Amino acid sequence: MLILSSLLLFILLAAARDEFQEELVIRPLHSGDIYASFQFRTLWDTDFLQEGQKVSHYRLFPKSLGQVLSKFSVRELHISFTQGFWRTMQWGQPFIPSPPGAELWVWFHDTVSDVDGNWKELTNVLSGIFCASLNFIDLTNTVQPSASFKPLGLGNATDHRFLRYATLPREIVCTENLTPWKKLLPCGSKAGLAVLMKSEKLFHSSFHSQAVHIRPICQDEQCSSKAWELRQTLNVVFDLHTSGQGKKEWSLFKMFSRTLTEACPLASSSKVYVDITDNPELFELSPATPLLGQAVVLGDRRTYSVYDLIMPTSSMVLSPCALGDMLRPLLHAERYVAGFGLQTGEIHTVIYNNHPYRAFPVLLMDSVPWYLQLYIHTLTVTSKSRDNKPSYIHYQPAKDRHRPHLLEMLIQLPPHSMTEVTVQFERALLKWTEYTPDPNHGFYVGSSVVSALVPSMVAMRTNFTQDQPLFSSFVPVKEESSYFVRVYTEPLLVNLPTPDFSMPYNVICLTCTVVAVGYGSFYNLLTRTFQVDEPSPPLSKRLANLIRRMRGVPLLT
Amino acid sequence: SLHMLSENSCGSVVVYVIPESSTLLNQRIRAFVVHGATVHCAAMFPYIVYIVAALSKRVHMTKGTKERMADSMRAIKSSPGEYSPSFWLVFSVAYSFNFLYLISPYLLGYEITFSLLNPDPKLHSLHCDIQDAIQSYIQPLLNKLAPIANFSILYYAVLGVNPRFDNSVSAYTLSADNLSHVINPVEARLGSNAASSNPVLNFLLYVPGAHHSPLYIRDHSKMKAPSNTFHSPRWGSIMVYNLNEMYGSEAERPVDININMAKVMGVFLAHAAPPGSAGLADRELDRLLWSRSVENIATASTPITSLAQLLDQTGNNVINDSIAQQVGGPDSAVAELEAGNLAFALQYSRVAILASERAFFDPSLLHLLYFPVDQKFAIYIPLFLPMYCKSLIFCL
Repeated sequence: MLILSSLLLFILLAAARDEFQEELVIRPLHSGDIYASFQFRTLWDTDFLQEGQKVSHYRLFPKSLGQVLSKFSVRELHISFTQGFWRTMQWGQPFIPSPPGAELWVWFHDTVSDVDGNWKELTNVLSGIFCASLNFIDLTNTVQPSASFKPLGLGNATDHRFLRYATLPREIVCTENLTPWKKLLPCGSKAGLAVLMKSEKLFHSSFHSQAVHIRPICQDEQCSSKAWELRQTLNVVFDLHTSGQGKKEWSLFKMFSRTLTEACPLASSSKVYVDITDNPELFELSPATPLLGQAVVLGDRRTYSVYDLIMPTSSMVLSPCALGDMLRPLLHAERYVAGFGLQTGEIHTVIYNNHPYRAFPVLLMDSVPWYLQLYIHTLTVTSKSRDNKPSYIHYQPAKDRHRPHLLEMLIQLPPHSMTEVTVQFERALLKWTEYTPDPNHGFYVGSSVVSALVPSMVAMRTNFTQDQPLFSSFVPVKEESSYFVRVYTEPLLVNLPTPDFSMPYNVICLTCTVVAVGYGSFYNLLTRTFQVDEPSPPLSKRLANLIRRMRGVPLLT
Repeated sequence: SLHMLSENSCGSVVVYVIPESSTLLNQRIRAFVVHGATVHCAAMFPYIVYIVAALSKRVHMTKGTKERMADSMRAIKSSPGEYSPSFWLVFSVAYSFNFLYLISPYLLGYEITFSLLNPDPKLHSLHCDIQDAIQSYIQPLLNKLAPIANFSILYYAVLGVNPRFDNSVSAYTLSADNLSHVINPVEARLGSNAASSNPVLNFLLYVPGAHHSPLYIRDHSKMKAPSNTFHSPRWGSIMVYNLNEMYGSEAERPVDININMAKVMGVFLAHAAPPGSAGLADRELDRLLWSRSVENIATASTPITSLAQLLDQTGNNVINDSIAQQVGGPDSAVAELEAGNLAFALQYSRVAILASERAFFDPSLLHLLYFPVDQKFAIYIPLFLPMYCKSLIFCL
């Protein structure tokens, strides 16, 4: 019986359905460094999850990511590779925060029946696409946070069974990861802002982070149509003191060793923003541009000079507004390990609230590997030397070799204070095949994540406009008086009790020596016999005897 | 009562059992072959057990098929009340040499990717009417083979070779020898499906930029290739689409170009499916299924064979029982092939490949026992050799 297979062909008109925007923000920091943030956004009007789709059309959206999304029924995907640690107190808040190493968190669609199987395959496929060792992500370092990682795109999912979060603090980022990341851009590195990305200069920096964020978003205010948004971001902090000659001047060529020639022809907008808020009089920008724009981002109103690569003479918004010092970051966190010896220790997480008069709650998420056995009964949270009881605690204990610890707490931070969270732990002894080849380097513990809605001094814009710069539209703003901030702490490096791996060799040497010496002496004792031996005659006598023998004459004695 | 004759898959046998008293047949068994591989056979009721013998003269049937058919016929003969109506019995015995309807998209496992390469998007803004192309050309192919098709547009994709300008035809030419160098840089941009391991057929349409226009491909006899296409078996084709007279030099950049999909698709489909009525003929489909199954089984056996050889050489490997269980895959595929179920055979062979690869790359295989034999020798010889030497000398 011939069953006609019902193929639903989803066909796209070629040109009208996707859009690409690129931008670069350059911000000189107070510490003398320069912060450059690239963002590339592709909007695609399609529905991956439609059943029975047999034909797909890719124009600006990369085919490899599209196939991954449809095969694994992914709703949101966030992956970042970072080298270096973002120093919040010296540099301010980044536009897009990321922890050191690799971080991957994914929201799956509700139709997925085996989320763990999909997660495992997804990590392996992504490690192939990005040339990274994401295959080390398995169930021993994956957690399902219940409150910290809500979807950034559309969707009101509350079931955290479909969320997976994993981080690899040990992952190194290098050119091999940058190249496939650049290949995902529609213009590649041949035109547009991606021309600036040359790895010799990009990796010669204090901080380098590249990320891919995919999520479904609304295309307009009423949310009548949805689209997929792919954002590729690259954040770099250049230290010009070491690379410059001490002069505080910088140029695109000095930073990237390349110059911008043209915009990507496929981009609908291509802009460069230079932050001139701090010290507008002392600044001199060349080529000068009369275009200035203002944006409120991260609770701060900043002024930018705008260079539009597509239409160099277009005019934009208006006048500068001078603000004095850098806004001190309102939320900041640190983490360290206290204690001595290789048996026990204590993890301290310190969260600072620098707001002068407002208190706000923060959500702290800690994922600790199973080999640091936490004693949760010793968990204390103190602010201003008084006990501060968290209003929500979600704790999932670890299972040896299966699952890490997950601790999530909602802590109310009093204004202008320091809150300290401490928990004691004991270090486990691993099986000898579980140690890495360099066990004395230590074992990494991933960064803690502190997420909060921080009250803002400046009113944020909640209405949605199309020509908002990309860096201010990454995180959806739900209310005017606060903005969302995520702070990552340092990763920890702890030493576990390590056996001496040279012991088998030592034992063999010692045993062999002892047996050889012992047996040898015993054997000699048993079998050695002594005989009297005549001294051998001197050489002259021997020669004489030889000649006498030849002559047939009796020998000398 | 009359049963409606339903559409059969090809390669099936339709048996019409006719009561003895009827005058429809003038001989006992009559068989005729329709549509390539469907056999219609009409037989009088007492003689249905001879159908198998009669059919094997006409069509080649595998042993399993013959046995099962014979069993069914005997069953019908022995209990006619269960089966036969008074007048006509249309008994469709769909023993398959192949079941077309079972071919799921992943069974044959092909993917087709059509890519449009635009090396200079500032100059040309290319449009092609995908919808129409799919309806007219791809849909029949998809129905037959059901692969998955993707369209993609690659910008700034350049060919790996610089075509030489030929004065005799005043055009740029690519000769057949350097066509093999063309594919490599493009393949880096194309990629294959990251999410599955199916083989991919690529069909590329290259629109040369202004500085390499017009571009022709010359085959081995130095003649211009008729459709300006280069075909590489099992990989796909590249077609060069020249835009010579479509715009003048003063046109506004980027120039909008509409590609004539009819010409393009015609060329590609000629390469994808051999010419014939409605694409792929059924017999060819059988052959395709058969050869794919055999190929898959051979591929599946390779890792397992090498594992066994490794085990023979270094006896220290620890192989878990779970891996041993996965190794039985190819057997069931071969059994299905023998029985004649090509579709099932292909499915099992694909499963066998996956299982054998999984077994071969299992991380538990890396756990060698700690003291391999050669290390044992290295440790104990300096210890015991002097003792034995002395003992031997003492004995002599």
